[in-house]
Amino acid sequence: MTGEAASIPALEMRGITKRYPGVVANDHIDLDVRRGEIHALLGENGAGKTTLMNILYGLARPNEGQILLDGQTVEIAGPSDAIGRGISMVHQHFMLVPVLSVAENVVLGAETMANGVFLDTREANKRIAEFAARFGFALDPEAKVGTLSVGQQQRVEILKALYRDARILVLDEPTAVLTPQETEEIFALLRKLADDGRSIIFISHKLYEVLAVADRITVIRRGRVIGERKPGETSEAELAELMVGRAVELTVDRGESHAGAPMLQVEGLRVGDDRHEAVPNATFEIRAGEILGIAGVAGNGQDELIEALIGLRKPSAGKVRLGDLDVTGFSPRAMNEAGVGYVPGDRHRFGLILAFPVFDNLILTSYYRAPFARGSLRQDSAVLESADAQIEKFDIRVPSSTVATSTLSGGNQQKVIVAREFDRPLKLLVLDQPTRGLDVGSIEFIHRQIIAKRDAGTAVLLVSAELDEVMEISDRIAVMYRGRIVAEMDGRTADKSQVGLLMATGGDARPEEARA
Amino acid sequence: MSDIPGALDAIPLLGILFQLFGYVLANLQYVSNTTVAVAVPITLAALCGVMCERSGVVNIGLEGIMLTAAFVGWFVAAEAAGAMGTGTPLPYFGITMPLVIGLVAALVAGMAVSLLHAWLSISLRIDQIISGTIINIGAAGITGYLYSLISSQSLVGAGQFQKLQVPPGVVDIPVVGWLINAIFDQGPIGLVTIVIVVVLQIMLFRSRWGLRTRASGEHPRAAETVGIDVVWLRYRNVVASGALAALGGVWLSMEQTGNFNAGMTQGRGFIGLAAMIVGRWTPLGAFGAALLFASVTGLSQSLTISHPTGDLGSLINGVPGEFWEALPYIITIVVLAGLIGRSIAPAADGQPYERESAS
Amino acid sequence: MSTPGRPASSRHLLGVWIRSLLWTFAESVVAILLAVVLGGIGIFLFSGLLPNHSAFDLGLPIAAYGALWSGALGYPNGVGSTLSYATPLILAGLGVGLGFKAGLFNIGGRGQFLMGAIGAMAVVTLFGQSLPGLATIVLALAVAAIFGGFAGFIPGVLKATSGAHEVVTTIMLNYVFVFATYWAISGPLRLPHSPQPITVDVGTRASALGTINILGWNLLGRDAHWGVLLAVLGIPLLWFLLYRTTLGFEIRAAGANSDAARYAGMKTRQLVVLTMSMAGALCGLAGGTTLLGVVHQIAPGYDTTIGFDAITVALLGRSNPIGIALAGLLLGGMRAGAQSMQISPGVPGELVDALQAVILLFLVINLLRRWRAMRHVDAPTVAPAEPYGLGAVPAEVSE
Repeated sequence: MTGEAASIPALEMRGITKRYPGVVANDHIDLDVRRGEIHALLGENGAGKTTLMNILYGLARPNEGQILLDGQTVEIAGPSDAIGRGISMVHQHFMLVPVLSVAENVVLGAETMANGVFLDTREANKRIAEFAARFGFALDPEAKVGTLSVGQQQRVEILKALYRDARILVLDEPTAVLTPQETEEIFALLRKLADDGRSIIFISHKLYEVLAVADRITVIRRGRVIGERKPGETSEAELAELMVGRAVELTVDRGESHAGAPMLQVEGLRVGDDRHEAVPNATFEIRAGEILGIAGVAGNGQDELIEALIGLRKPSAGKVRLGDLDVTGFSPRAMNEAGVGYVPGDRHRFGLILAFPVFDNLILTSYYRAPFARGSLRQDSAVLESADAQIEKFDIRVPSSTVATSTLSGGNQQKVIVAREFDRPLKLLVLDQPTRGLDVGSIEFIHRQIIAKRDAGTAVLLVSAELDEVMEISDRIAVMYRGRIVAEMDGRTADKSQVGLLMATGGDARPEEARA
Repeated sequence: MSDIPGALDAIPLLGILFQLFGYVLANLQYVSNTTVAVAVPITLAALCGVMCERSGVVNIGLEGIMLTAAFVGWFVAAEAAGAMGTGTPLPYFGITMPLVIGLVAALVAGMAVSLLHAWLSISLRIDQIISGTIINIGAAGITGYLYSLISSQSLVGAGQFQKLQVPPGVVDIPVVGWLINAIFDQGPIGLVTIVIVVVLQIMLFRSRWGLRTRASGEHPRAAETVGIDVVWLRYRNVVASGALAALGGVWLSMEQTGNFNAGMTQGRGFIGLAAMIVGRWTPLGAFGAALLFASVTGLSQSLTISHPTGDLGSLINGVPGEFWEALPYIITIVVLAGLIGRSIAPAADGQPYERESAS
Repeated sequence: MSTPGRPASSRHLLGVWIRSLLWTFAESVVAILLAVVLGGIGIFLFSGLLPNHSAFDLGLPIAAYGALWSGALGYPNGVGSTLSYATPLILAGLGVGLGFKAGLFNIGGRGQFLMGAIGAMAVVTLFGQSLPGLATIVLALAVAAIFGGFAGFIPGVLKATSGAHEVVTTIMLNYVFVFATYWAISGPLRLPHSPQPITVDVGTRASALGTINILGWNLLGRDAHWGVLLAVLGIPLLWFLLYRTTLGFEIRAAGANSDAARYAGMKTRQLVVLTMSMAGALCGLAGGTTLLGVVHQIAPGYDTTIGFDAITVALLGRSNPIGIALAGLLLGGMRAGAQSMQISPGVPGELVDALQAVILLFLVINLLRRWRAMRHVDAPTVAPAEPYGLGAVPAEVSE
């Protein structure tokens, strides 16, 4: 890099403002990114990072402000314009078509034609192989993307960017679902790309990650730039305060667990669908007043295990005992009545009926019982009364229980589910990524509620693809790999990289498989 | 061979099945050309469905598009013939100027109806099933109204497209003769349909258009992020595919017959949808499924031409005629219910696409 | 704005409800008026095709609509005819609307109606001579509901077990039931010794639903029959089912988000079968009342447009029983008026079919704007929230 070239930023965004009805998502944001630099954009969920990057990528139009590439003012009309200018984006939720092959996904939108009509697959495969060799990763161009691991899919996304000669590469929360080892690998790859002269914008809300990988860090809060720091000159505590706007405890105090008698006992549980046995043989127990966190890369049988525990799937073998009761093969309703509460991972799809008023969602699992029903007749006054009480108790911010649940913010929607599931005596609480996509305030609130429930003697099963959350509040951690519990350890003393290795390899530390 | 059926007489059901198989083998070649012909409108409807749904738009308005095109083609051709006379037909397919004008008008009408569906479902993002239903109700109502108005005038049609004349000896060529006859004993639309099936199959899986179409139907946002204009692509696919369904409608009123009748599509658009699903959203598969559904019609026709003898004959005598007419619909339901678990729709099929997220 | 204090629930509920009701009503009126205008233009444009009319006759639309108006609202016979037409429309509309609430699109009204008519006919044929008239009527209507219910049960079971989409299966079944009707009147239900395949006239078995008659006075003209009572009864019953019972809550929940309903412990597959059967039963009742109250016998070529009409009624009525009643009366009036319109200026009755589509078209176009503007719960849904990927497999695993 010559001094002169380095003095002009590869990208400069000046005074970017974006307003949506009722909110200012970006409020005069300034950002500059140099060539060969990894620039971290740090902020909470909803701080405006994604909006800013959508503007850069032409997916949204700013109300005010300028974008400069290599010192030239540009108007970015849409994604294809952005791509043409050398900007590529790796989205948090991968923008890959699962049923298409790696090569098809890579060339999509930038196809080369063999003779004007047909796709030139040979050329595409050749170029993919070149990039793969140069940056040191192996991918079969013919493989269907849906069959690849999360880490491999991310490489396909990066390949897409390289294939389009990206000079500015934006990665939105790229490590959210990776194991610590995969994270290390992706960081190494990003460093190689930066050394190759490309600029990397790395979006994250994880403090230790931006400190580890970034050359510079810009912190955004509520649509505004709050500060810029260099990793050597700051600390996690300072960044956290900048990001949230107040001094925060980085981890909720999980307190002491006073675990009692075994509450949930799972023995030799086998769960399978038509094609494969997602959970071949799971054995574990949770005691009353204990939080067991299940760590595992997504798709290692966690979903099937949860569905078996809440009654949506019949196990093909094994036993599930809840206290003194054998609940193997119970229906969802029977499980619910036996004292199992459940917070689903995808609240819009599985947890709520968005078109229904809040009061109906609060009784979604108990509508048929007294006092909400007498015989088969609904008792609306009881429903409304209970709804008002729960809204107050769980601090759900809503003008009235009669508004559609779809009008609530994500945090308040999740509180509706928490109110429904937590507000009764429970024996077992099953939580699937209970804080996904929420702001810090809601996360704190929900974590406190979970711990309160534990202290009241409930056995808690916490499943999350985000290792951080599991590490943060679990009393005990079990690692799930290919449908088996491969290791258990104390939640307070567990070593993160060791857990990560177990997640990736299942324990028989074969490095080839770690990468697969 | 001759003594085997005798041996099987002891097991009545098996014997009858055996007779049925023999009967089909002996007779299907004579109705195979009819089978292909009956499959033509179903196939065209299915291809329209494939083009729409591969790009992510469910189109149950196929029936209405076909009906509209059948009426417009027939009516415009008749009016043109009345205004300019039919003239001398070309040596092939009995093509006349009024027929061509009618055909073009029908294709335009079909695409116009498709445009309405595209606008409602892509731009306005209303429920695509509702949109298709409105088109079906509207097409039935408007063509019914106009036909009712016209029927008082006893309008004479402009005739119909003729079949390619396959030399009579061809069907008797061993092994392949019946096949050649089945494929080529068709009118122009029938022949074109077979070509379209092959071309569309190749294009869908080998061309840039095909790749982008499939991506839009599976993961429109992913397509958008690599610079593909999903809305525009869906519009183009839906409107262009309208011409295919329209061709199916024209086949009914200008190739199979030279007449229009109220509601003459008789659910073929929906059988086409079923063929699309059974054929796993591929043109070749849809054609195969359409042939399967059509073969039932072929079989029942063959039963009236040459009535089987023996146990099979007496069994069939006991079956009311209405059963044979209902059979294609029953088979469609059975095959659909049996196969559907293994036939997976494009992931974003029927979901309206919103370009920008508001967060 | 977001004070978590005591929300004024019930008052809020009522206000929202009334406001949304007015909105909905205004919207429907606008859609209907626009359709009437467009229909008038259509009549005007094609007036040249009508015998004894000049091309582009401005008087024709006015004459046609005038005839339609008096045919629908003239007292007493027009009103009676409207009620008579509205009865099956409301019953079948309730059937389709119930399906919508459960996330199911029942296009099988035609087949279910025909099955209901056959069921009622079978009862009259078998028991008409041995049972007293009223008993025959009650039994016939019950069997009509059972036959129609069975016709709805089939696509329900197919959907619940294999995932076959009800839109395709109900339409295929419509054709099957049309042929079944032909078979029934030429076989088991054929009037003995008659030259053509036709059934007995229910009037000759004292099983016809009589004209509404109070102390010898035909209050509602000659066409309104006692079957009207069934529609009058069905409206509050269905409303009660949907909004006051736990089963209704389950149906609406499964319709709005079947995954969440399943996770909440509801048996969504059974709900699909049950709802489709109930919807079929309502359409079957429509067929039964029409047979016993209006047509009295099934002749060759007997068919109905109720399938599409009921969809229009349910959509226009927003799947709400009261809305369905109003929409059913409107469409019944159009059907009744079409009769006299066809006689006097000679405009074909199929105009009503076309008008329906145009009403729906304006309705959905308008609805979209509302969808964005209104953000309150009680904004009625024109369509079930379930996405309709044709052929999508239900994600059910066990039950």
